[in-house]
Amino acid sequence: MEMTLEKLNEIQNKKRELVMVRKLIAEKGEELSTHTQYRKQILVCGGTGCTSSGSKKVVETLEAELKEKQITDVLIVKTGCFGLCALGPVVIVYPEGAFYSQTTPEGAKRIVDEHIINGKVCKDLLYPETVHEDGEILPLSETRFYKKQMRIALKNCGVIDPENIEEYIALDGYKALYKVLTSMSQDDVISTLLASGLRGRGGAGFPTGKKWAFCKASKGDVKYVCCNADEGDPGAFMDRSILEGDPHAVLEAMAIAGYTIGAHQGFIYVRAEYPIAVERLRIAIRQAREYGLLGKNIFGTGFDFDIEIRLGAGAFVCGEETALMTSIEGKRGEPRPRPPFPAVKGLFEKPTVLNNVETYANVAQIILKGAEWYSSIGTATSKGTKVFALGGKITNVGLVEVPMGTTLREIIEEIGGGIPNGKKFKAAQTGGPSGGCIPACHIDTPIDYENLAQIGSMMGSGGLIVMDEDTCMVDIAKFYLEFTCDESCGKCSPCRIGTRRLLQLLEKITSGKGEMEDLEKIEELSSHMRVSCLCALGQTASNPVVSTLHYFREEYLAHIVDKTCPAKKCKDLLRYTIDPAKCKGCTLCARNCPVKAISGTVKQPHVIDHDKCIKCGLCQTNCKFGAIVKE
Amino acid sequence: MNTNNQNSFKGTPKQERELKKVIENHKTQPGGLMPVLQEAQAIYGYLPIEVQRMVAEGMNVPLSEVYGVATFYSQFSLTPKGEHRISVCLGTACYVKGADKILAAIEEKLGIKSGECTPDGMFSIESCRCLGACGLAPVMTVDGEVYGKCTPESAVRIIESYRNKED
Amino acid sequence: MKKQIHLKINGIPVTVPEGTTILQAAKQANIEIPSLCYLKDVNCIGACRICVVQIVGRKGLVASCVYPVEEGMEVLTNTPAVRASRKTTIELILSTHHKKCLSCVRGNNCELQKLSYDYGIDEDRFKGEEPIYKIDDSTPYVVRDNNKCIQCLRCVSTCNKIQTVGAIGQIRRGFDVHVGSPFDLGLSTTSCVGCGQCIVSCPVGAIYERSNIDDVWDAISNPNKKVVFFTAPSIAATLGECFGMPVGTNVEGKMVTAIRMLGDVSVFNMNVTADLTIMEEAHELIERIQTKKPLPMFTSCCPGWIKFCEHNYPELLPHLSTCKSPQQMFGAVLKSYYCQKNNIDPKDLYVISVIPCTAKKFEVTREELSNHGIPDVDVAITTRELSRMIKGAGIAFKDLPDSDFDQPFGVATGAAAIFGATGGVMEAALRTAANLLDGTNEKVDFMDVRGVTGIKEATYRIGGTAVDVAVASGLGNARKVIDMIRSGEKNYLFVEIMACPGGCVNGGGQPVQSDSVRNYSELKAKRAAVLYRADREGELRASHESPVMHLLYDEYFEHPGKAKAHALLHTTYTPRDKN
Repeated sequence: MEMTLEKLNEIQNKKRELVMVRKLIAEKGEELSTHTQYRKQILVCGGTGCTSSGSKKVVETLEAELKEKQITDVLIVKTGCFGLCALGPVVIVYPEGAFYSQTTPEGAKRIVDEHIINGKVCKDLLYPETVHEDGEILPLSETRFYKKQMRIALKNCGVIDPENIEEYIALDGYKALYKVLTSMSQDDVISTLLASGLRGRGGAGFPTGKKWAFCKASKGDVKYVCCNADEGDPGAFMDRSILEGDPHAVLEAMAIAGYTIGAHQGFIYVRAEYPIAVERLRIAIRQAREYGLLGKNIFGTGFDFDIEIRLGAGAFVCGEETALMTSIEGKRGEPRPRPPFPAVKGLFEKPTVLNNVETYANVAQIILKGAEWYSSIGTATSKGTKVFALGGKITNVGLVEVPMGTTLREIIEEIGGGIPNGKKFKAAQTGGPSGGCIPACHIDTPIDYENLAQIGSMMGSGGLIVMDEDTCMVDIAKFYLEFTCDESCGKCSPCRIGTRRLLQLLEKITSGKGEMEDLEKIEELSSHMRVSCLCALGQTASNPVVSTLHYFREEYLAHIVDKTCPAKKCKDLLRYTIDPAKCKGCTLCARNCPVKAISGTVKQPHVIDHDKCIKCGLCQTNCKFGAIVKE
Repeated sequence: MNTNNQNSFKGTPKQERELKKVIENHKTQPGGLMPVLQEAQAIYGYLPIEVQRMVAEGMNVPLSEVYGVATFYSQFSLTPKGEHRISVCLGTACYVKGADKILAAIEEKLGIKSGECTPDGMFSIESCRCLGACGLAPVMTVDGEVYGKCTPESAVRIIESYRNKED
Repeated sequence: MKKQIHLKINGIPVTVPEGTTILQAAKQANIEIPSLCYLKDVNCIGACRICVVQIVGRKGLVASCVYPVEEGMEVLTNTPAVRASRKTTIELILSTHHKKCLSCVRGNNCELQKLSYDYGIDEDRFKGEEPIYKIDDSTPYVVRDNNKCIQCLRCVSTCNKIQTVGAIGQIRRGFDVHVGSPFDLGLSTTSCVGCGQCIVSCPVGAIYERSNIDDVWDAISNPNKKVVFFTAPSIAATLGECFGMPVGTNVEGKMVTAIRMLGDVSVFNMNVTADLTIMEEAHELIERIQTKKPLPMFTSCCPGWIKFCEHNYPELLPHLSTCKSPQQMFGAVLKSYYCQKNNIDPKDLYVISVIPCTAKKFEVTREELSNHGIPDVDVAITTRELSRMIKGAGIAFKDLPDSDFDQPFGVATGAAAIFGATGGVMEAALRTAANLLDGTNEKVDFMDVRGVTGIKEATYRIGGTAVDVAVASGLGNARKVIDMIRSGEKNYLFVEIMACPGGCVNGGGQPVQSDSVRNYSELKAKRAAVLYRADREGELRASHESPVMHLLYDEYFEHPGKAKAHALLHTTYTPRDKN
């Protein structure tokens, strides 16, 4: 069909109230819901996190229950990620805004029976923080997890049904595209983006407006718009969540980019490890074509734009822009030297704009709300918000979006709920394998591109892994080096061989064979790779090593000089022994030892043969008396 | 030429027809080699020389190029996978929560290393980098089914349950 | 004209056209930036990171081989940071390199060794795990030793981009990345044509010809063997390079003297059978035209091209001239006519060809190129192998006096000499065809088919009709010409194809010239000039004028293409799989 503004408004009006119920807190929502055909709406997170913890079964149970009880005025909506992945599967019932966490199929039955049918919220199933001392239900936005967040890129995630384009349209979807196509010149779009201060969210932070301007200036009949959804940074899932929760935001922005630079074809390069995101994207593209929002003559303006999905196949380096394009071309995903830059000679040697998912997710709102609104958020150099995937040793594992300039402390202690099990914060890792570890002394640094670089890390795509006292920093450096070593494409010599040699040096240290001169070699190799490698993967591969060596040098020294691992992580530097005072001689450890390294007679203290022990730690896990100690 | 792959290759005419169709669909598409290999792997489960040769022939590119692409990306497999495919996430979030121990326990249990398949063809183990289920870290999957908050013990129990299913 | 860019390199002002790389521009300031993976016209990927330089005002270092000059740019090629980076990169490369330099075929001619020397690398600081690879010696012509490979990809680029053969490629990634045949099954399982261009592009000793030197020495020292050498047209133009003589020196006389000093051997001139090839081929062409047999006709002198055609264009095999190559004709002549005349049992005659080519090593093993189990040619050795034999024999090559080839196969024409350069076979054939059809000996210079351009086309009026011809060197160019013919875009009568860019002077068996020579000069043209000079200065310009031809046809073969000539001088071809 051909889309017009009238039709767009018609769809929006039809769906708006339904969706707005989910945006408003109780009373207003209650009122509003009477305007819709549904008395209640049950939102279930269908993101990867909650799906992994069983949200599918919850949906099935809810559907079966409603059907059995012949309830037709309650709507079940499968949404994208709410953010609080640790508490999945997450279910929210509107208009009350009751936030059920870790919902089981049994819980789902109770929600239908007690809440939906009898109107009594199952308080014991709610996320405890949303139940006030006096028993009142607090709106989600009042919880610690959400309070300091500001949702722009994630605006629709967990609100709309991502498989229904009309719900996207209900919240002003495709209005920005209409505005751009009918009332803005290409240069208008560029100057709006420039004024907004939006910078690439993929890691390097290049101003998006500038990138588009360069590509627009490149001569050529054929140009391409690419979306980098190859989120390979282990422990990062921001882009995935956006694609799963709000795929149209990306499609709309890509079409806007197409108009701005003069392209008619877009490619989304997405990790094959993200089946749900891929499926939602496919549905979204199909619907956008059906609604005339992709394809020929969009909004009757004569502008043609379509999008194709290409799947990655497991190569981290393809997150690098030139490697990504080489991969779309069907080749080994090796980076190419720049210049020529993609804006001049990119995909299939044509001028190309490439942005990552989160960057695109900001575009439509900047167009609608204006550059001034956007640039009022954030710090002097970094505008807007940033989404972080909070993981590791932290209570509220999940997805958070905060204004630039928020401090690490706010994210970790307030939003993240701190470190579990009473452990101490040791470091936060940002930027993944290209980033660094930030120690406690910098926890009050306001996060923006420049500050993170200053303290030896980088923004990266937004993975934020929290580490506690049990994490060995040498081991973590080794972990990242193993990763880059595995993922190096092997094209340029400093990276191909350098990562391996660097890893070997770290292995030497963690196995207790390190020497002081190894640290010099590590430093030399690190700085060599930074200046000499072909692409960012190699140039930044040493960052985790350099930053840990800078902030946690004493841990390296402990490994090298004292031959100990302070965090008790590095196997070769550990010894398991049995405390004869605590050992009851129950023989459990001896029976379970895979190498028969434990001996002793029943009811007598046992002994570990250190020559045989492979330090698997099974004995310690099994011991009921805490008699086995790691030292 | 003599390769183990060849001896064990058991492609059916139906699979070959499917592959030919896939090639036909992507033949003129720029950069079509990757999608073809992905679909070929979906059809055959892996990419032995016979399949790669058909792809090379059909897409009109040298076999060396097909092989080069197939060995660059970690998702392409040149050997058949086990009946049950175990994948342990070694992404950062899982790693700091002890994913290495889970992998070690499974390797120990099955007597094979990551990337290998048990002699009876029942299980294969691989590691992956982040499934995005960091909230459930550490995570493993068996045949795509996600198991979160694993411990070495629970992981081994889960594997056992798959073996028992066979009995 | 392209826009001119002004920049400074180490403070020296340089002006070059837009699009020039820093590495190329630096040459203007008399700076040769060291490199490994860069090879002009072949490989330009910025991967080895040896050629890094600093651009003032820019972070990090850039690879000068791929970085285009910019107006006002200031480049520094020799700062402490640049030197340190190059040195560390060399050290890293060396840490994975199988350092068997003492016994390496490239021991005296290794680009990595030179860099190590230039940068004073004296210890193995980054020692560590070294990958171990099986040596691929599955073919009779080339050996690939990945343990010495440095991943510069010059060979891969040559095989895929220049030759479009695609026998080798990159396998796996990261530290495990290596060059090889699909599934590492060995080159013999591929459509490798044996052109050996990978050898001459390799900076180190990772690829080399399969040596037959020992076979030759064994034959020479065997009292029961009568040993005969013959040398291909281009050997005299290049052999001197192995002895430090300038590129473009004709050493024919010294070469003959040197071979004769190797033992009790006869030394013949392969140019004789180049003339014989022309006699046969020109007649075949005319016959094809007159009897409406498949046209265009393709030349068949080049064994690399033959195998390429068998693998990739089996349907074109009827278009290949059935003439054996000059090497195989020579063997056939020696083992028939020559043996008969001198009363030698062909089994006792050991025929060695000296060729600029590795594909010829495969050619001698072809079953169809033997007679009752006796191969036409026993062994083929490259220019490089001959030079090593001469060196091993302690012969002071540069000081040798000249001498002449042995008779009766010593005299040949200028038409035969130019066989060694692209377009030479075509020109030689046109000279004889013009004589046959127009009765003239005046038409000798066919300038349009000369030169190192990859694809050349011309139309000549011969025998009252316009004859459209094409010449391609380099198999990628051959593919282009064939595609144009198959699509009907072009219509030729006669096409010359040589597998190696520039023809045999640039063959895979020729002396290896390092990147510092190949990047800054036109090696092919300098070598070809030797041949064209010989042609111009010789008395006999066309094959049919050769007295040896008269002798051979009068005494033995009677008439081109007929009876004995057909049986001994022509061959057949076999379709082969593409992959």
